[in-house]
This record gives sequence, structure tokens and C-alpha cells, in this order.
Amino acid sequence: MRIRIDHTTRYDYARAARSIIQVLRLTPRSCEGQQVRDWRIETDVDTRLRRSEDAFGNIVHTLYTERPTNILTIRVSGEVSTVDTGGVVRGQTEKLSELVYLRETPLTRADAALNAYAHAIGDGRTLDRLHALMAAIHRDVAFQVGATSAAHSAAEAFTQRRGVCQDHAQIFISCARRLGVPARYVSGHLSRLDGLYEQEAAHAWAEAYVEGLGWVGFDPANGISPTEHYVRVAIGLDALGASPIRGTSYGGGDEHLSVALHVRPVQQQRQQQHQTRAGGL
Amino acid sequence: MTSAFDEMTGDGSGGVRDSYRALASWLELAPPDLLQARSRQAELFFRRMGVTFAVYGDAESSERLIPFDVVPRIIDMEEWAHLERGLSQRVTAINAFLRDIYGPQECLRAGVVPAELILTNPQYRPEMQGHRPPGDVWCHIAGIDLVRTGEDGFYVLEDNVRTPSGVSYMLENREMMMRLFPDLFAEHRVRPVDGYIDSLLTSLQDTAPERAGDDPTIVVLTPGPFNSAYYEHSFLADKLGVELVEGGDLFVDDDTVFMRTTEGPKRVDVIYRRIDDDYLDPLTFRPDSTVGVPGLMAAYHAGRVTLANAVGTGVADDKAVYTYMPEIIRFFTGEDALLKNVPTWRCREPEALKTVLERLDELVVKEVSGSGGYGMLVGPAATKAEIADFRARLTANPNDFVAQPTLGLSTAPTLDGGELCSRHVDLRPFVLTGPAESRVTPGGLTRVALKPGSLVVNSSQGGGTKDTWVLDV
Amino acid sequence: MLSRTAANLYWTGRYMERADFLARILEAAIRLAALPAKDDPAVTAWASAVASSGVKAAFDSTGRTPSEKSVREFLAFGADNSTSIKACITRARANARSVRTALTIELWEAINGAWNGLNEIGEPTRRADFINFLDFVKSTSLAVEGATSRTMLRNDAYWFLRLGMAIERADNTARLLDVKYHLLLPPGERVGGQLDYFQWTTLLREVSALTAYRWVYRESVRPWLVADLMVLNRQMPRSLASCQGMIVSYLERLATDYGRRGPAQRLASARLARFEEARIEDIFQSGLHEYIQAFLSENHALGAAIHDQYLI
Repeated sequence: MRIRIDHTTRYDYARAARSIIQVLRLTPRSCEGQQVRDWRIETDVDTRLRRSEDAFGNIVHTLYTERPTNILTIRVSGEVSTVDTGGVVRGQTEKLSELVYLRETPLTRADAALNAYAHAIGDGRTLDRLHALMAAIHRDVAFQVGATSAAHSAAEAFTQRRGVCQDHAQIFISCARRLGVPARYVSGHLSRLDGLYEQEAAHAWAEAYVEGLGWVGFDPANGISPTEHYVRVAIGLDALGASPIRGTSYGGGDEHLSVALHVRPVQQQRQQQHQTRAGGL
Repeated sequence: MTSAFDEMTGDGSGGVRDSYRALASWLELAPPDLLQARSRQAELFFRRMGVTFAVYGDAESSERLIPFDVVPRIIDMEEWAHLERGLSQRVTAINAFLRDIYGPQECLRAGVVPAELILTNPQYRPEMQGHRPPGDVWCHIAGIDLVRTGEDGFYVLEDNVRTPSGVSYMLENREMMMRLFPDLFAEHRVRPVDGYIDSLLTSLQDTAPERAGDDPTIVVLTPGPFNSAYYEHSFLADKLGVELVEGGDLFVDDDTVFMRTTEGPKRVDVIYRRIDDDYLDPLTFRPDSTVGVPGLMAAYHAGRVTLANAVGTGVADDKAVYTYMPEIIRFFTGEDALLKNVPTWRCREPEALKTVLERLDELVVKEVSGSGGYGMLVGPAATKAEIADFRARLTANPNDFVAQPTLGLSTAPTLDGGELCSRHVDLRPFVLTGPAESRVTPGGLTRVALKPGSLVVNSSQGGGTKDTWVLDV
Repeated sequence: MLSRTAANLYWTGRYMERADFLARILEAAIRLAALPAKDDPAVTAWASAVASSGVKAAFDSTGRTPSEKSVREFLAFGADNSTSIKACITRARANARSVRTALTIELWEAINGAWNGLNEIGEPTRRADFINFLDFVKSTSLAVEGATSRTMLRNDAYWFLRLGMAIERADNTARLLDVKYHLLLPPGERVGGQLDYFQWTTLLREVSALTAYRWVYRESVRPWLVADLMVLNRQMPRSLASCQGMIVSYLERLATDYGRRGPAQRLASARLARFEEARIEDIFQSGLHEYIQAFLSENHALGAAIHDQYLI
């Protein structure tokens, strides 16, 4: 299917910021499951954007403002054609050994409770255990906006048994690593089936490495593996590493952040899109 | 423990060793209270100069002098030639190892070091994978801790390749000794240490990004006055003739690092940083760091600035990786290691763990990620409770620990209350690396455990320092 | 020079100057409080010491009431007073330590010596010991000033140190004059009328200018002449005009060294020009208090301009 994304992030500064620097991971790469057709980043003030690629393979833009700024708006828009790959990531160059994704980070460090939870998953094939883990998290950790913040770790969210997609994904990652399975965080977008095109925040899920299959996606917040409704944007060891924007201002004081996000299918062209993909393989 | 090798008298059978002969007779002729008087003079001078060291968690004496012992430690020419070759070999191998780890990873594929040990190591920085620092130098500045157990028994106890400290004491101690005992220098041919600063400047200049041209702007980056080694940071900046900057003095614009000056922004090409990786850039590493420079890694990855040492060097001085250093040296230089490792049990290996748990009361157990003598158990000196505590920690997280036999560190004559006594010492020489070669400054920092019988020489644990003389005859 | 280095030097200058000023205020208060008088002079003296130091709001908010004990403790050592003598010397030393290599050994030792002395003396409570402490503080600032002028190169490091000192001194003189003239004026008294002779004498003593006054005016102490001395007299090193002259000359040296003038220079020289035209009669005509308040707010604006131009 073809998905259109309009993602606007606005920063209001308490005082005019002399300069602002931000690291953006807002640009998806094409792989077998998704073809990026058109993508742009625009800002409402004069900025310089330097494009690079990080060690994880993400497309990174470093943004610098050119003069004092009270309000900075970053608008990302584009279209991505997707196909269902059964959750398996293919056609993506992996720059790092999967062993790197066994690393624990402050946000994904398993405490005793998480460790026990992970090990309560029954024996079996890795893929089955990961599905069982996803189902368990989907069942045990309630989806609730406002119960956690971006700074909450997997262990903290798990203690409350509540959180948003970031927390579900990080709990999954934390447990998978404890089971000896490399796992990573994915930030991206979900075109919702319920027709709710206006969303409050971007989506996030996890990927785990299964011997013989490669990287497989798991979305424990929804209890399914990613489908053609998902657009992968960035990966990292945790939410911080994959976060869409990390930045700071000089002299701006407190900042207020607001996000407007529209993700919707471009339906009339769906058939044609499938043909394009097939032709491209 | 048998009686230790003494730097002045050897194993005690053959009188004073050749290298100490002149010193020994000078000491015999010196008036009884001369040493103490000089010692007090030295302390007064160090205090006036503010040569201090901050000790963590010690509010009362948050600025403390590191005790200075006026009796020099002497190394003869042959001993030094051996150490110099071994140190240079080791640091060359460490640089090659880092280049490989963050590049093709051949040593992992060849099984020299287990891939998982490196790739899941907290000191390995995945962000650096594929990065090639200017001049391809990773570890510009290394401090290698050596201990001695006998005439030919030098061992590497620890490599320090992140932000090794102590070099200011090496230089200041020499200044002090030349001031206090000019006559002693007349009787010895001591190789000078002050070439260190020129060598350091050269290493930093030679590894500047290409576009910096012939006159790169170099700065020393410090976490600030509350850091334990702040004195050293300001000392080095002063001697190098460069600015001492804090994170807030720098900013990044358009992938270029600038410092804020009274005449406007000035481009910075080389940063000798004394801040740990974790705190360098809040947009890449710890977001709560207030001592770093937001965006620094963007400039670094764009090849617009040199960081010395490079980011991610800590993976080479990790105590678990240390145990593989003989194999690493062989793999990268094709030679056997000239300096021995202390035999070490990797507690991550079940057999080793079993042995260690059985012999806790005689071993030294170290936390893999610890440094500065923190998180360490010295079995023979520990209480039952301390041993029990370590037993529990070891059992819970064996991967976090390594263990070594308690070494009979050599002793050296040291002044204690007016008397010359034997105290245990180690040695930290400094090795500088540029694009072409590694250079070792003749000397180093001799650390001395001032408590009778103590083996812990760390300044944070009450150790002192001595001037280290490398003889040119 | 790093902007932070310049800021550290500037604040070293300011804090050392303020420590000296506080010592003088306290000394004067001890003397004023001892005067025989019908209404309670002690309380007035101690209250005015707090007001002259510019920390009345902070003092009141701690729940203290003015007395010798409370004011001495607060202004000299108060752990809850961020600009006590102790805090000023500690901060001056912390600032100096951050830029240790920009200072000569002599200057560093003078500042570090002040801090070491502070710790050795402790917090004396007996009056005689306390007076010794104040003497120590004053001798310290002389030592710092001496080391600065005798050993520092005349480069930007020196100009920023002096600039901080001059800005702080201008502030202190202005506040001192304002308190004596305005706040201490008993209700119903006419401005420029019958004010306590001793108060004015003491004010002159505080700024080490009693003898200078007699040399300049050759008459007994009169309020408007004291004001003339403290505001307009260019021979008097603490007068507002002198401070302003210093500020301008240091800023001009910076502009020359750096080859660039900015808002700080323009602001400072405009104000100096006004000093040159001013007459004390005109100032009294439109109100000394108003004049001083305007001076203080301009001084603040100048401090902000220096900050924006050089220190960030």
C-alpha cells in the first residue's frame, strides 16, 4: 500500500534561542518492505541541514539555525510504498553485527523482575518464544498515555505495568536480550486501520534477530508483527538512540514541544503500487 | 608473602644495586634532618602552587595534596631500554586493535578475542563503527601501569588508554627535585622528561584534520574545576600554550567546532579531551551530560575535528580485554609481547570462577569496569565481611570481575617520619602516539603506597608519588 | 581570550571589590552604633549597613531583625547570604581558580591566600576578633589590588579584572551614598538639611576619604560637599565619576586591543560625557536619590552590555 505521512514538530522557546542544534532521525530508508517515493524535511526559519549516515545505518540530518529563533517548526512529509513481508526485514544493509544488539542500555537494563519475566517464557524455537513474549507484554502491560515519559526505562514501565508503545518496545527488547536474542528499537509510523489519521505521536516497536530469518519485527503494543501498514524510520539500541529529534538550544530557556502527525493510506493508487514493487524486485 | 624485591637493594643478597650506588652514598652522608626539611619545603611549594587533587566523596578535604616523597626511584639504562620497547610495542598493538575493532574486525573473525566480549562491552562504542579518526590514530596518549616483582620481573598491571592522568605529577615532581637537590642531579645523568610536552604537541598537531592547515587550533577540554584532575588539565593547557576550555566554551555550527571568545567564535581543530566518552555529547551519549558539547559527534564524524583520545578507546583497557592482550599483540605485531601480563582469571569462565572463589583470601579481585582502586578486593588484607561481600557479588555477576594473584610489588626507599623505610611502588610511564610512531617519555609517575605493607598505590586511596629517574649510563 | 575566562576575571574583580566594601560597611556600623544619641543609634546603624549592602530583602526574608550580632553574622559569614564576605572571597577564588593560568603567581597567591586565611580565621564572634577579621579582609584586597597592578600584563585579562572591580565599586559607592542620604533621613527632615554630622563623617571614613575631604574642601563636613566628592570629584578614586572614567578607559583599551567598539563602549562613554557636564547643585535640584537610582540602573544596563558583548 501507499502511505502518506505529514509530521510537524514545533518548538516554542521561552526566549529567543541564539542558536539551535538538532540531530534528526526522521528520514526512512528503502528496503524490501518499503519504498520511499518522495521525502522532504522543511523548516520555517533559515537552517542548515547536514545529511549523514550513522553507524546503525540511519539517515541523520544535523540541523543548525542561522539566527536567533523564537519558534522552530520542522515539517517532514512524504510517501512510502509498502508491502507485507510477514514482519521480516529484508533488503536492508546491516552495518553492525547483530551481537551489538545484545548490549544493555540504561533505558533497557533488565532488573530482577524483568529478568524473571523473560525467563518465564517457555522453551522452544526462538521465533515462537519471541511471539510468546510479545503476546505476554501485550496482555500484561496496559496501553496508557501519560503513565510514563520518554525518560522512563523498561524496568520502570514494567513495574507499573502501564505505558505507551515506547515502553512496550523497550520491555520487549530488554527481555529478548535477557533470553540471549539480539533486539533493537524501531521508531516509525503506523497507518491505522481504524481510520484515525491524526495521531498524537509517532509509533515504535521492536525487532529481534532470529537465526536463519534475520531481523523480525514485533509490535508488542498492538500484539502483532509489522504489516504493510508500518513504515520503519530509524533503529537504535533503545528509544533514545532511535529518537526522531535530539537537540538543544543556546539561550532559549525552557522549550515547549508540540507535534502534529497525519498518517493515511493513499488508496486509489494501491493496485498500481503493487505492480511497481513487483517490477522492481 | 615472601619479602619483596627492593629497587635499591635487590633481593638483599648483593648489597646496593649499581643504579642506586650514588644515591645510597649521598643518603648516608646527608645530614639527618635534611630530607625532612626538603620534604616540608616541597609540600609548602606544592600547596602554594595549588597542585592539588580532588578526592571523591570527601567533602572535608576536597582539595588535597598528593603526598610527594623526595627519594627518587631509579631505573637504569638497560631496564629502561627493555621497558621502552615493550611499551611502544604494546601501544602500537593497542592502536592497531582499535583500528581493527572499529573497522574490519579481523581479530574478532580470527577468534583472537571473543566477538561478544567486545561488541557487548560497555566501553565499545557502536557509534564509532566505520569511523576513521584523522591520522588513523586512536590512542594518542596512553599510561601503562607496570609493577615489578624481581630483577627482570616487570608486568603490565593495567593499560590506561581513555584519559590517563598523572603526567603533570611526573613533570612537577622533576621540577621540584631539581630545585631541592641540584647536587644530586650533578652526580647522576638523569634523562629529562620535559620533552613530553613537545611530543604531545606534535602528536596533536600531526593528527589534526587536514583542513586545519599548518597551524591547527588545539584546546584542552576539562569537565571543570571540580574534577579530580583539574589541576593537571590547567597545567597541560598552560604548558602546551593552548586554551583550557569547558563544554560551555565550545559549540558546534555547521559540523564545525568553535570556541566562544571575547573576539567572537574561533574554529577549533583538535580537542585534547579529559572528559569520558559518555559525557562528550548529550545528543549522542548521555542526554543529561552538562559538561559536553552538543553536536560534537556530528563534527567528529564529519572529520572536522580531532578528539584525543578517540571515542571508544576504553574497549582496549577494559580489564576483561586486558587478559587477551598477549594474543592481541601477537596478532597485530607478529611478535610475542615483550612485557608480560599478570596472570589473570576471567571470572566469566566457570572453571576460573571456581578457582577464584576457593582462593578469595589470597587473590586480588577487580571489577572489570572499575578504576582508581575503587571496587577492588585485596584478599590478604580484607576482612571476613569484605570477602563475603565479594563472594556474593562474584557469584551474582561473574562477568563483571577478573582476579589476579597478589603480587609482591617491589619496594623502594621512602621517607616516613624522618626515617627511610621500604614502601611498595608501581610505575606509570606515558606513551604518545602520532601518525608515524609511538614515543615513550623516559620516566613516568612512580606511585608509592605510604602505609607500611600496603599494596594500594592509588592517590585516591592515600598513595603518594616519587620522581622517576631513568639513567643515561 | 575565552569568553568564560573573561567572565571569570570580571567576576573575580567584582567579588574582591565587594568583599572589601562589606568590610568597610561593617567597620563603619560598629563605629556608628557606638555613638551616644537619644534614639536607638545601634539599630539604625545596623539596619543601614544591611541596606547599604543591597541585601535588605534577602536579610528580611531570613526572619532576622537588625542587631549587631545578626548583621555581622549575615554580612560577614551568612551561609544563607550568597554575597557575604565569605561567599565573595570564596567565589572570587573559585573564579580565579578556573582561570588560574591567566593570572600571575603573585595574584593567584594573593587571592588563594585570602581564601586560606578565611578558613584559618573561622567565624570570630568577639568584637575585637571580628575587627581583626575586617582588617584582614581589607589587607587582602590591598594585596590583590597590589599584585594585580604590579604583576599583571596590561592585556585583556587585566582589563577585565579591573572592569569588574570598577563596575562593582561604582555600584557600592552609589548605594552607600543613597542609604546615608535618603534612607537614614529622619522623617520630616529636609533634604540637604540638618543631618547627623557623625553619619557623614562615618561615610567618609568608610571610603577612606575623610582626610581627602578636608584637603579638597577645606571646611567642615557638609552633606552636599560630601555628595560632590562622592559623585563628581575625579580626584576621589571611589567617586562615581572616577569609577565611570575607569570603566570607559578599560573598555576603550579592550576596543583598541580587539580592534572593535561595541554597545558597551558607546553606553559607557555617553554616560561619562554627562558626568563632565554635571554640577552638584543641579543634581540636588532634581533629587539626589533619583539621580542615584538612575545611575544604578544604568550601571546595571552597562553590566548587561559588557556581558553580551564579551562574556558569553
